[in-house]
Amino acid sequence: MTAFLVRRLVWSVVVLVMVCAITFTIFFAVPGKPAQLIAGKYGTQETIALIEKRLGLDQPKPVQFVRFVSRAAVGDWGFSYVSQQPVLGTILQAFPKTLSLTLGAVVIWLLIGIPVGILSALKPGSIWDRAAMVFTLVGISAPAYWIGLVFLRVFSDQLGWFPIGDYVEIAQAGVLSWAHHLVLPWVTLALLYAGWYARMTRAQMLDIARLDYVRTAYAKGLPRRVVVGRHILRNAMLPLVTMLGMDVAYLFGGAVLTETVFGIPGIGGLAWRAIRMRDLPMVMGTVLFAAVFIVVANLIVDLLYFSLDPRIQTES
Amino acid sequence: MTAARRFAQDRWAVVGLVFLALLALAAVAAPVLVDRVLHASAFRLGMMDRVEVGGRPVEVVDELGVPVGPNARFPLGADLIGRDVLARMIYGARVSLVVSTLGTLLAVLLGLAVGLTAGFYRGTVDTILSRFVDAMMAIPILLLAIALASVLPQGSVWTVVLILGLVNWTYLARIIRAEVLSLREKEYVEAARALGANDPAILLRHLLPNLIGPLLVFATLSMAGNILLESALSFLGVGIQPPTPSWGNMIQEGMAFYSVAWWITLFPGLAILATVISLNLVGDGLRDALVPGSRQRLRA
Repeated sequence: MTAFLVRRLVWSVVVLVMVCAITFTIFFAVPGKPAQLIAGKYGTQETIALIEKRLGLDQPKPVQFVRFVSRAAVGDWGFSYVSQQPVLGTILQAFPKTLSLTLGAVVIWLLIGIPVGILSALKPGSIWDRAAMVFTLVGISAPAYWIGLVFLRVFSDQLGWFPIGDYVEIAQAGVLSWAHHLVLPWVTLALLYAGWYARMTRAQMLDIARLDYVRTAYAKGLPRRVVVGRHILRNAMLPLVTMLGMDVAYLFGGAVLTETVFGIPGIGGLAWRAIRMRDLPMVMGTVLFAAVFIVVANLIVDLLYFSLDPRIQTES
Repeated sequence: MTAARRFAQDRWAVVGLVFLALLALAAVAAPVLVDRVLHASAFRLGMMDRVEVGGRPVEVVDELGVPVGPNARFPLGADLIGRDVLARMIYGARVSLVVSTLGTLLAVLLGLAVGLTAGFYRGTVDTILSRFVDAMMAIPILLLAIALASVLPQGSVWTVVLILGLVNWTYLARIIRAEVLSLREKEYVEAARALGANDPAILLRHLLPNLIGPLLVFATLSMAGNILLESALSFLGVGIQPPTPSWGNMIQEGMAFYSVAWWITLFPGLAILATVISLNLVGDGLRDALVPGSRQRLRA
């Protein structure tokens, strides 16, 4: 177990360093100097040279890279070229907004997706099943930003039920107002995932319902409710838990489109602006921040499978 | 022929395929359609109050200065500078279809190359390639695409093709690697090797044909994803650049005015929705027809 854990941890770190390397490489392919951006339009050659020296941009690229990674490892993520604020601080400030968006959406998509999937699987081919599958197909096929705009037009503009794209803090405006402002973004984001989860739940349940042990359960006289609840559903949920972990990890890195449409100042918007402004430290910061969640989620999934599936243990 | 027949029995997949065929036809015939049937306002740059339709002037803005909504002359309304939304959507179909098809093709080639190499040679090669794929997959796909968009020369359709290809191959590489890992242990591969076949021959003649099914399914479903990604990039302003119309940049142009001129954002979005749904239907149909075992699952 320990050997497996150590090896997995080492690989996770390697993957994170590679993420940095990829981001770094993409970024330094950009023509034009970051120092020029900081110095502004009227910066002199001396100013630019001074800035380059101060930020270490005059060093060779590999040296810059090693320095970035070793500092990032101890929590020093540098300062934004644009705002001059610490990168990690700025990211942590934006994170609660992204967290608000993600967690609300997760609750909604689980509450819609899983029951819809279960009901579909219980009566495959029925009218309900067909209607549900059309709904999920629309959910997974619609562009999120467009759904957001349609919602804004109908529910904010015409019906006046919700405010138009404005984020408020829980601490300042209270829970109700916070949630009221977030309902449309939550539903927008949740619609896509609800579609995937409903399809996944349905497919898993139908797969498992064909297995022998389910037939055995029926044969020994268990009522359908018990077979479905205890034998089918419980096993069908396993891959969904994995999926949920990965999806939440991805969304913690920011939902660029939903945040843009609804004006939520989260990580996605931060990353998007940083890339547009060529703000290298902020780009590295946001990408790394997102990647950490994904890598950790992967690690947890691997460990879960390791402890649940004896075949993996004998292999290693 | 059985696979084709199985596909043909899937009503919804056929509906999707027919829609895509009609769309492709409209895209190919765009210049003719727009010139003869609609009017050639799709690429005009300046604002005009009226345009000539069949030799007669037609108003494109109402008394308040708002572009006209859907009517007999403009079936889907006019946009902010009086261009025909339907005409631009037909040209937009061209861009979306070409870009996402080529992007998918590039992704398939990259994914295939990496997946085949990693799965077939295993060992160190596999470890390095797999870790690289892990790292690529740990970067959120949209962020990666935006980052690439800000590095590569902007304004070219080829840039968007390159981005779609570069961000989408990793998942396929994983699938192919897993498939090859199991296929390479099969008896017929051993037999081929015993008969003296070399690596390229085994890869191309014996492994590749067995991967066509998953490849085709992946390509179709991934093209659905690529249509969405292209439109998202164009919506964010880093994809297809105006005045070239794309469904995504049409939505972006209309976004600020969605409350007075809703048709500018609504219809391109519906076009994306219908296209992606069709691709998903065709992809599902192909999977059921081509990938053994998946058909046993009951389908709606």
